[in-house]
Amino acid sequence: MSDVTALTAKQAADAIAAGDLDATELFEAYRAKAAADELNAYTWVADEAPAPTAATAGPLAGVPLAVKDLFCTEGVPSQSGSKILEGYRPPYTASVVARLQAAGAPLLAKTNQDEFAMGSSNENSAYGPVLNPWDRTRVPGGSSGGSAAAVAGGSAPWALGTDTGGSIRQPAALTGIVGLKPTYGSVSRYGMIAFASSLDQAGPLTRDVTDAALLYGRMTGRDPMDSTSLQHPEEIVLPTAERLDGIRLGVPEAITGEGIEPGVFARFEETLKLAQELGATVQRVPLPHAEHGLSAYYVIAPAEASSNLARFDGVRYGLRVEAPDLLSMYTRTRHDGFGAEVKRRIMLGTYALSSGYYDAYYGKAQRVRTLIADDYKRAFASVDLVVTPTAPTVAFGLGAKTADPLEMYLNDLFTVPISLAGIPAISIPSGLSDDLPVGFQMAGPAFSENRILGAAYALERAIGFDATAGRV
Amino acid sequence: MSSVEYETVIGLEIHVQLATRTKMFCGCPLSFGDPPNTHTCPVCLALPGSLPVTNAEAIHYGLMMGMALGSELAPRSIFHRKNYFYPDSPKAYQISQYDEPLCLGGRLGDVRIHRVHLEEDAAKLVHVGASGRLHASDASIVDFNRGGTPLAEIVTEPDLRDATAAADWLRMLRSTLRVLGVSDVNMEEGSLRCDANISIRPAGTAELGTKTELKNMNSFRYIERGIRAEAARQEAILRAGGTVEQETLHFDPRTEAITSLRSKEDAHDYRYFPEPDLTPVAISQDMLDRARAALPELPLARAGRFERDLGLSDEAARLLAFRTELGDYYEAALGSGSGAEPQPLANWLGNELLSRLDADADPAQSQVTPAALAQLVALVGEKQVTQGGARQVLDKLVAEGGEPAAIVEAEGLGAVGGSDELAPIVEAALAANPDVAEKLRGGDMKPIGVIVGFVMKQTKGRADGGEITRLVRAQLGL
Amino acid sequence: MIDREQVLHVAKLARLELSDDEVGRMATELSSVLGHIETISQLELDDVPPTSHVVEVANALRADVETPCLPRDVALAAAPAVQDGGFLVPSPQASA
Repeated sequence: MSDVTALTAKQAADAIAAGDLDATELFEAYRAKAAADELNAYTWVADEAPAPTAATAGPLAGVPLAVKDLFCTEGVPSQSGSKILEGYRPPYTASVVARLQAAGAPLLAKTNQDEFAMGSSNENSAYGPVLNPWDRTRVPGGSSGGSAAAVAGGSAPWALGTDTGGSIRQPAALTGIVGLKPTYGSVSRYGMIAFASSLDQAGPLTRDVTDAALLYGRMTGRDPMDSTSLQHPEEIVLPTAERLDGIRLGVPEAITGEGIEPGVFARFEETLKLAQELGATVQRVPLPHAEHGLSAYYVIAPAEASSNLARFDGVRYGLRVEAPDLLSMYTRTRHDGFGAEVKRRIMLGTYALSSGYYDAYYGKAQRVRTLIADDYKRAFASVDLVVTPTAPTVAFGLGAKTADPLEMYLNDLFTVPISLAGIPAISIPSGLSDDLPVGFQMAGPAFSENRILGAAYALERAIGFDATAGRV
Repeated sequence: MSSVEYETVIGLEIHVQLATRTKMFCGCPLSFGDPPNTHTCPVCLALPGSLPVTNAEAIHYGLMMGMALGSELAPRSIFHRKNYFYPDSPKAYQISQYDEPLCLGGRLGDVRIHRVHLEEDAAKLVHVGASGRLHASDASIVDFNRGGTPLAEIVTEPDLRDATAAADWLRMLRSTLRVLGVSDVNMEEGSLRCDANISIRPAGTAELGTKTELKNMNSFRYIERGIRAEAARQEAILRAGGTVEQETLHFDPRTEAITSLRSKEDAHDYRYFPEPDLTPVAISQDMLDRARAALPELPLARAGRFERDLGLSDEAARLLAFRTELGDYYEAALGSGSGAEPQPLANWLGNELLSRLDADADPAQSQVTPAALAQLVALVGEKQVTQGGARQVLDKLVAEGGEPAAIVEAEGLGAVGGSDELAPIVEAALAANPDVAEKLRGGDMKPIGVIVGFVMKQTKGRADGGEITRLVRAQLGL
Repeated sequence: MIDREQVLHVAKLARLELSDDEVGRMATELSSVLGHIETISQLELDDVPPTSHVVEVANALRADVETPCLPRDVALAAAPAVQDGGFLVPSPQASA
C-alpha cells in the first residue's frame, strides 16, 4: 500500500471521488502521523476519524484539515496559543471552519501558534516552540508556525492559518510550502480569536499552488456574522497557465539586497530571471512609503490588539487568578495569563491610543496606511504583480532573535506593507539557501487572487521545488 | 459678604433604550425581568472570536429621533470603541459613537440639542454582599441579558436655567419619544435615564462655571430635587469663597445627600478609536424616506394645530400637546359631541382635573371619562351649573365616576340663575346691606362682593356671579 | 523615551500587573520600539485621510430579527465562578 500521505490534497480528493481511496483510511493515516508529531506542531489531535457524512462527497472530498489554534471549534480546545485560554472549549465554530467542513474537509487537529498570533517564529506559544521540519534547531516562522510545520512535515495535507502582518506567508517561506493571504474581507473572521481586526485574515497553507486554490476557493464568501466580510467578485479557479506571457512584474525600488541575506536575494533574482524566460516582464516600481510600513503596523496592530485582548479579564471564561478585589483579579489574571510578547504589544497599543498620544501615533499610522495603499494602487497601474522575497532571511535558530523585539519585527519587513494595504499575496518556495527554503512573494490588487494563483502556478512548475525534501 | 445672585446652568444627558426586537449588535431578543443570562449569545457575552453586526432598525429609530428633533443627519457616521474595564462591559469596551455621530444639532422647545448618537447598553451588576465562594469578600453577580440593548444618547446644550424647567423639558422629550414609538421611555424600568450637568455663575455673566455631573436620577421629581440640591451645594461653596470641583456625583433622594462617585483625577481615559469590526453607516434616500414616513404628528405640531384650529392659548396648547396622554384625553373629550368649548375644556382638564389627580397621572386612568368631563364643561357653558357647583361635581366624578348631569340632579347642584329665582334674593341682599347699597348707588363698585357673598350663601354657591352683578345693577338702576 | 512612571500608568490602563523587574524591562523594550516608530510621528500628514476602514463598504446591517440564544448552562459553562445563574466577581466597591 503506497503512502497515502504522499498525495497532495487535490490528488487525494480526486482519488476519493474516484473511489480509489477511502476517506477514513486517509484520515487515519494523517491522524496517526499527527499524534506522533515531534515538531510540537499540534495543540490537539482528533481521537478518531469522523463517521462518513454527506459532506465527504463535497468538493474537498474528505481530505482532513489542520486548523490553527485560534479558530473556534465547538467543543475542541481553542486557545490562540495562550495560557489565558488554556483548555477553553467554545460553544460555536468559526464560520470559515464550518464552511470547509460542510465542503468536505473534516477537522484533523488544532495547530500550535505564537500566542494571540503575535510573533514571527512560533517561540511565543504558551505550549512550547514549534520546530522547523527542515532543521529542528530552527524556527518554522510565525505566527502560523504549527500549521506550516504540519504541512511541511507531512503530518497534515493542508492547514488553515491566519495572516496579520505576514503570519501565513513568512512561515510558508521558512518551511518551503505555499501560503496565501487573501484580500482583506474575502474570508469571514467570525470565530477567529482576534489579534488585529483590520488586518487579520484566514488563509491556506498547502504543499502546492493547486491545493491552495482548491482550499481557498471554498473559504471565500460574504458572512452575515462578519460586517467586514465581502462577496469576492470572482469564482476561484484551479490554475492551469504554464507561462507568464504578458504578466508585468514590479520590484519595489527599495529592494536592493540591503538587509537581505545574500542567498535569499540570489534566489529572488534567479526567480525573476526564470519569470522572464516564461514571458513576464520585470520593472522597478516606487513604493515610497513602504519604509514606514513596519512603524505604522507596530502602532495599528498592537493598538487594536490591546482593545481586542481586554475581554480576557477572568470574568466569563479562561484563566482567573482569585483575588480579594476586582482590580487585583484583573491585573493578576492578565499578568499570569499573558506571555511577554503579548504584554509588550498590549502596553505599546494602550500607549499609542492613550490621551495625548493618539494623534502622534495611531492617527499618524492610519494616514501612513492610506499612503501605502495608494502607493500600491499607483504601482498596479503599470504592473500586474509586485514581487519581493517573502522574508529577509531563511529560518533562523531557536532563540536567535528573542533578545531584541525589534530584531524579530524586522522579519515582517516585506509582508507588512501588503497587509496594511489589504491586498492579496502568495508566498511560494523559490529554492534553497544554505539548504533551507527561500520564499518568493507575489502581491496583486484587491480581488486578483486568480491572477496571483495563475502566475504562482506557472512559476512553481518551472522552479520544480521539492517540498518533501526537508522532511526529517 | 457679597449679594451676588447666582443663576443655574443645566444641560441634560439622556439615555433611551430603543424598543427594537433585538439587541444593538446581535440577534438576542431584548428582555426585562427574565431569569439572568437567558438572553445571551457569543456576541453579547463577548466570547473570543465573536463580532458585532449593527441592527438596521436601531438606525431607523435613530433617524426618526433626529428628524423629530430637527437635527442634522450625518450622511456618514461611524462607531467608535470606548475602552474601559468593568464587569458589566464584557468586551472591556463599549461600542458607541464619538466624533462622527448619527445626528448633530436640533432643538426641542426652548432647548437646543447638541447631538444624538447610538450605542449599546451595559449588562447588569447586582451586589450580593459577602460570598463564601470568594474569600468571603464582597461580591457581585453579572447578568448579561441587558447587555447590548440599543441605546440612543441625547445630549442637550446647557440651555436650561432651573430645576423645574429641566424636569418639564424632560417630560416634553419623553412625550415626543413616546409618540414616535421608539422607546417605552419608562424611568422606573430604566428605558429612560437622565444625568444632569450643573454649574452656576453670577447672574448676567456669560462664562460657564465648573460643571458637575449628577447621575442616574430615576424619576422626574428626583431630577428636579437633585438639580436644586446640587445648585444649592455649589452656591454654598462659592459663597464661602471655595471653588467647585469637577466631579461625578450621586443624589440620594431619601436623604437629599450628594456624594462623589468619581473625581476628575479618576476620570477614565477611554482611548477612543474607530470600531474596525463595523462598517460606516451611510444614510440612503430610502432610509430617509422610510424614517420620514414613520413620523407621527409630533407634540410641537400638535400644539400648533390646537392653537390654529381650536383657538387654544399657546400655554394650554403646549400643556396638552406635550403630555401625550393629556392631548389624547382632550381630543377624546372634544370628540364626544357634548358641545363643550375648546378653551374652557382645556382649562378644566389642565387646571381642575389635573390638580385632583397624582402628579404625572394619566387622566384616562382616572374615574373621569373624557365624555364626562366634556359634559360637565358643557353644563357650565350653558350656565346650568356654576363654577363652584361644577367643582363639587368634579370631586364626585374623581372619587366615584358617573355622569355629571345625574350628579347635579342628585346633589341638587343646579345653578340658580333664572332672574325670577335670583331677583328676590338679590333684593333681600341689598336690603340687608343698606350702607353697601348706598356705596354701590354712588358708583363705588368695590363692596359688591358683600352682596355676591350674601346671595351665594343663600343659594349655597349655586348662583352665577355674573348674573348676580347684572341683577344688582338693574335693581339699583346703574 | 518612556519612563517607569509612564509604564505604570499604561499598565494600570491595561489592567496588567507588572513586577518591579518587568516594569524596568518594559520601559527599556518599549523605548526601543518607540524609538523606531517615532519617525511616523514626525511626518506631515494633515491632508492625508486616515484609513479607519479597510473595506470600502458601508451599511453592513442586519434585520431586527431574533436569533437563538445560548442555553444558560452553555453561557455559564466556561465561567470561573457562578452564583444564582450569574457570573460571580469580586464587587467593584470592595478594595484591597
